Amino acid sequence: MIARPLIVRPIAFLAVIVAALSMAGCGINTIPSYEQQAKAAWSEVLNQYKRRSDLIPNLVETVKGFADQEKSVLTEVTKAREQTTNIQLPPDILTNPDAMKKFQDAQATLSGALGRLMAVVERYPDIKSGQNFLALQSELAGTENRIAIARRDYIKAVQAYNTEITTFPGRLWKMALYPQAKEMATFDITPEEQKVPKVDFSKP
Amino acid sequence: MAGALTATRSSISRSGQRALLRLLLASWSIALAAFSVPVHADPVYPELAGRVTDDAGLLTQAEKADIEKDLASLEATSTDQLAVVTVKSLQGYSIEDYGIGLARKWRIGQKGKDNGILLIVAPNDHKVRIEVGRRLEPFMTDTMAALIIQNAILPKFRRGDYADGIKDGVRDIKAVLLGDADEVKQRAAGARSPENDPTAMIHLVIFFLIVAFIIWVNYRNAQAMRSGVPGARRRPGGIVFIPGGSGGWGGSGGWSGGGDSGGGWSGGGGDFGGGGASGSW
Repeated sequence: MIARPLIVRPIAFLAVIVAALSMAGCGINTIPSYEQQAKAAWSEVLNQYKRRSDLIPNLVETVKGFADQEKSVLTEVTKAREQTTNIQLPPDILTNPDAMKKFQDAQATLSGALGRLMAVVERYPDIKSGQNFLALQSELAGTENRIAIARRDYIKAVQAYNTEITTFPGRLWKMALYPQAKEMATFDITPEEQKVPKVDFSKP
Repeated sequence: MAGALTATRSSISRSGQRALLRLLLASWSIALAAFSVPVHADPVYPELAGRVTDDAGLLTQAEKADIEKDLASLEATSTDQLAVVTVKSLQGYSIEDYGIGLARKWRIGQKGKDNGILLIVAPNDHKVRIEVGRRLEPFMTDTMAALIIQNAILPKFRRGDYADGIKDGVRDIKAVLLGDADEVKQRAAGARSPENDPTAMIHLVIFFLIVAFIIWVNYRNAQAMRSGVPGARRRPGGIVFIPGGSGGWGGSGGWSGGGDSGGGWSGGGGDFGGGGASGSW
């Protein structure tokens, strides 16, 4: 009664370690770790959109000198920004394509409005060459670049995760251990989004 | 054959779980063998040849050595890694796309510090970019990078004076990074690497306390059993302690980037997130 567990235990103990190691090698952890990677990539996307959103009040302040007929582009930007900040992100946004699309559309509207604002600034050399505006312009250009990279990283992470849970060994792991794993929604890059305001420094 | 089939089928219906387990066991070996390689449509990047990779051939040996010395002294002071690269062609990509791809391939900067900066010059495309590692972004802001490009680099490049433009760019990047000695020191010390993780010591102490506790429990049990004190709990052994709660299997080391480079210098795994600025002339 007492002797048996004493012999069995070290073997069981070793078996647990060996099993844990070999399963880690064969992908028992792949689904959760891909999921974490995708979630991290998503927070980076949100982070960079937030950064852009935070730049806008200053930007609008700097270009207040617009003539009346061009003020509409300012209200457009402000409104589009409000829409992106007012949007309630449901907790399941990553697996909810509809919510994702709504979020995307709001951000795309803001991108478009910002692009138009930057185009209008071209007509105001004094605003354009102001120190404040130059600083904001480079921050905005950098942020758009970061957004593009964060989105690309997110798309890649989601692709890896979705592939994992729908293809061979991952599919079995999902069945056995992670039945709650769901395909994540990704961005579809619309042509309109492709032409996000690219701020050009070529003409000083 | 048919008998075997029906036998398998009945065993599946009898115990689906056991069949699944067997299937998983069988898939282990296959999964280990099958290795899917993701396909990338990336441009072809030059190999890292040291702190200065002059793929486009803009610099003389002396100029290159000069700049390299400058870059090495920066790393010695602040541990920030700055690398200069000139490329023949962007292969149709924007310099932002090319820059992030190259930066992530070379992984300039130390792992965990993400303190690399890449100055990319594409003379045939008339583009220049400063690509900033993630944790240098608060110091080398996009605005600063744009200012350096506009004021130090582009005027020289427009005259075709690439060597001076690069030298002045490096000088200004250094000035920004070394601008505040305290801040630079703090940054150099503030790496989130395991070596200077202040909680590491606490983890070690807790680990030893647990080990000591287990030994003590075992010892007490043995004593109680030997002395045969009535009422002493007789357990057939101590507590089984399973190590490795928070370890995480297979961490990756630093200094992974670059590979064999001419100067024996390579990136250390710094990450980039798209910070920096570009310019064209």
